[in-house]
Amino acid sequence: MQDYFYSLSDALFTKLEGDEQLLVGFEGEDSDFVRLNRNKIRQAGGVAQRKLSLDLIEGKRHAEASVDLAGNSEQDFNQLVETLKNLRQQRVLLPEDPYLHFSTDINHTEYHHDNEVINSHDAVEQVLQTADDMDLVGIFANGIQYSGFANSIGQRNWHSSANFNFDWSCYHAEDKAVKSNYAGFVWQQDKLTAKIESIKHQLAIISRPSKTIDPGCYRAYLAPSAVSEIINLMSWGGFGLKSHRTKTTPLIQMLEQGRTLAASISLRENHARGLAPIFTGSGFIKPEQVQLIKSGTYQDCLVSSRSAMEYDSVTNAESEYPGALDLAAGNLPVENILKELDTGLYINNLWYLNFSDRNACQLTGMTRFACFWVENGEIQAPVDVMRFDDSVYDLLGTNLLGLTKKRELILDASSYGQRSNSSIELPGVLVNQLRLTL
Amino acid sequence: MNDYLNQVAQQFKSIAPNADFWSLRLTNEVHEAISVRQGVMQPVFNQLARGALLTVVVGDGCGYAASSDLSRGGLKKAMRQASDWALQSSGLGLLKAKDYPRPEGKARYETPVKKHWDELPLNEKVALLQDANKALKINDSIVDWQAYIGYRCDDILFISSAGAHIEQRFHYINPGLVAVANKGSLTQYRTGGGSQSSRQGGLEQLSLLDFPQAATPLAEEAVALLSADECPQGAMDVVLAPSQMILQIHESIGHPLELDRILGDERNYAGTSFVTQDMFGSYRYGSDLLNVSFDPGRTEQLASYAYDDEGTPAQREYIIRNGILERPLGGASSQARAGIQGVANARQADWFRPPIDRMANLNVEPGDKSVEDMISSVENGVYMDTNRSWSIDDSRNKFQFGCELGRVIKNGELKGLVRNPNYRGISATFWRNLVAVGNENSFQVQGVTNCGKGEPNQAIYVGHASPACQFSDVDVFGGAA
Repeated sequence: MQDYFYSLSDALFTKLEGDEQLLVGFEGEDSDFVRLNRNKIRQAGGVAQRKLSLDLIEGKRHAEASVDLAGNSEQDFNQLVETLKNLRQQRVLLPEDPYLHFSTDINHTEYHHDNEVINSHDAVEQVLQTADDMDLVGIFANGIQYSGFANSIGQRNWHSSANFNFDWSCYHAEDKAVKSNYAGFVWQQDKLTAKIESIKHQLAIISRPSKTIDPGCYRAYLAPSAVSEIINLMSWGGFGLKSHRTKTTPLIQMLEQGRTLAASISLRENHARGLAPIFTGSGFIKPEQVQLIKSGTYQDCLVSSRSAMEYDSVTNAESEYPGALDLAAGNLPVENILKELDTGLYINNLWYLNFSDRNACQLTGMTRFACFWVENGEIQAPVDVMRFDDSVYDLLGTNLLGLTKKRELILDASSYGQRSNSSIELPGVLVNQLRLTL
Repeated sequence: MNDYLNQVAQQFKSIAPNADFWSLRLTNEVHEAISVRQGVMQPVFNQLARGALLTVVVGDGCGYAASSDLSRGGLKKAMRQASDWALQSSGLGLLKAKDYPRPEGKARYETPVKKHWDELPLNEKVALLQDANKALKINDSIVDWQAYIGYRCDDILFISSAGAHIEQRFHYINPGLVAVANKGSLTQYRTGGGSQSSRQGGLEQLSLLDFPQAATPLAEEAVALLSADECPQGAMDVVLAPSQMILQIHESIGHPLELDRILGDERNYAGTSFVTQDMFGSYRYGSDLLNVSFDPGRTEQLASYAYDDEGTPAQREYIIRNGILERPLGGASSQARAGIQGVANARQADWFRPPIDRMANLNVEPGDKSVEDMISSVENGVYMDTNRSWSIDDSRNKFQFGCELGRVIKNGELKGLVRNPNYRGISATFWRNLVAVGNENSFQVQGVTNCGKGEPNQAIYVGHASPACQFSDVDVFGGAA
């Protein structure tokens, strides 16, 4: 695949005219997707996608396109030459772009983690057998993901990774279920079995009569997957330079009023994790880390190449939406978390968060899956779903009691357009009150 | 319609698999989007998305393969992959082979267009957006502003071993205006000019969507919201503009009535439903005033089509009539699983995703009240306009929505602006508090371009049309400030 991309790019560079420059990006995957419901196969298939993006530049004028490739070199080349002609015609009709910004240094990078692709048929069969008597629903995704970059200056970058992501839930009845995930590079039957056994243990608790909680404020423990939902919503414009300069960030009170989160909150974009490409679509190499919040105080922004030009800054990200977040650990031992919680809510998952007041970073959302009522450090009963409405400045600020010492790495299972390569590593969070409203 | 897709189809037929059934859906999508933000032209976006989805039924199993490689070799490889998955799922599948639809229809359909996208040259489109930018930037309080227009043309060719040959071409137009006002740590937005109203058709839709005429009024409202009071709190009447009704319909009628959710397919991701199969035909979903239709025939609406992506012919059906739930939003496969009648709504968002149950066009039918009638009947309430926040539980019951703009209603009259209007409720009871439905004068065709669902994930266009509606005894509140 890498050779195909580079040879296609090289052929296109021979078609440039005058002082033109060309940036070429590549995204692709060969993935299997097996959808399961009631521990049976609902839909199963394979997807082969290859998409080439072009940015044809002359001076400060440019035009961009993306084209799905057929995989046939002659057919693809002819299609792309036609696309270049169209972009050339379009470009002359466009004004100069003052924020056009691409790397003119040559930085080659190459990352391959695609030698061994697990057998999807075998893995799915193991899942169905291991969960034989369970109501299992979810998605098994597996295959190779490719990203590439080449420009007419001579830079070449490649990133390919073979990995799987099995994201599923097991249901007791109605909306009472336990959610789990197994993602990585090497499939191990014993790990799957251990996860299924853990779910069986939780389902035994889920099957107890549920408790309905009245609206009000409750002490609560939010497991890492629940915390990730809060951080993900903060990421909707929270950390980008453009959103900061246009006053649209939900963290505007940190900028304008100097508000802070708890001193134990430190958040960074950790590009060094290496699950996503280290290069951007304009040829820049991302720094290993960008410290977004340090000891509760806002620090740096994610800066795309356009924002770097507009605001005289330095490019440090592909887009201004994070994809490799890292929330620092605390010192609460996770094995004692029920005792630390004492009496309150143990929340494994939150769901469908949105802003109820963006300026105040006030969020609303629902509890989902396995959430429990705890008394005197003992789980009493599953709780019916509840809506919360609370501020990040309270949850991760004035009401924060602590973060767990142990963190969890969550590999994003989403697949809009293509399989995600985003990830987040974070601890659980203990708060002295969470406001429930409905 | 699309010669290239027909050539690929012919080639495929010559190598078609020896299966119990197969279907091939070929897609050629062309996108173009232009945008001017803060007076600066953004990079023009051009996209060609092209590929095939092959579905094969072998024995008791079904599999699919999607590929952008439409060469003979690429199609053969896809055949092998789909057949392998069909064999693997045999005996392990949720659906029985007899339940897979075997469409045989023949049809051609194209969105009616009065003024084609290409009739306005690129530089004139840029000039239009630049003018809209000037109209949005009314003073220094406006800190971000943007005008955009997008166009998408989808050519779809669906063939099957049962003889189906369905060619459809859809033209979409996506305009929008954004004004952002700021004062210190307070920021307010207004959007319009088609930003939640993308439609099928051509450039003739722009003026119907107030594009770019809405630019300055939107900016003025954004600035006015900076000094508006917070939305009041309490149980009161609300009158929802069509720009909020579309989200209310989408989240608390559309999603809970999707048959694949009711059958449990979405329980790991988008969620389940408070609606169960036994409710169809008898359950009171809303007051007598609530009439909801599945209407694929309103040509300018986002999800109008002649056939769905399982090859089922689409026709208008009542989903809820006089408040009573009649049928779910489920395509042929789901209907076979559930044993109840649905609609033709099995749709795929991209060439590389298999069809699942989607909303398509889901509309609240007009009633007999003018907006003035509704306002005059409210003693204490809020009029809410343009959705900006949405959240609902995984059974699609407990919801909370927020709007860009509110206006207090006191003693039958519209009063001043209020900011951060929010309300919350429960689907199962909210629609029973529908006390008035607007007439044709307030009826608007809008839609959602980012409805997410499915594993693997799919974001799709769905259409919603609605008049303004009035609800009683709603829990209303403002922001945190």
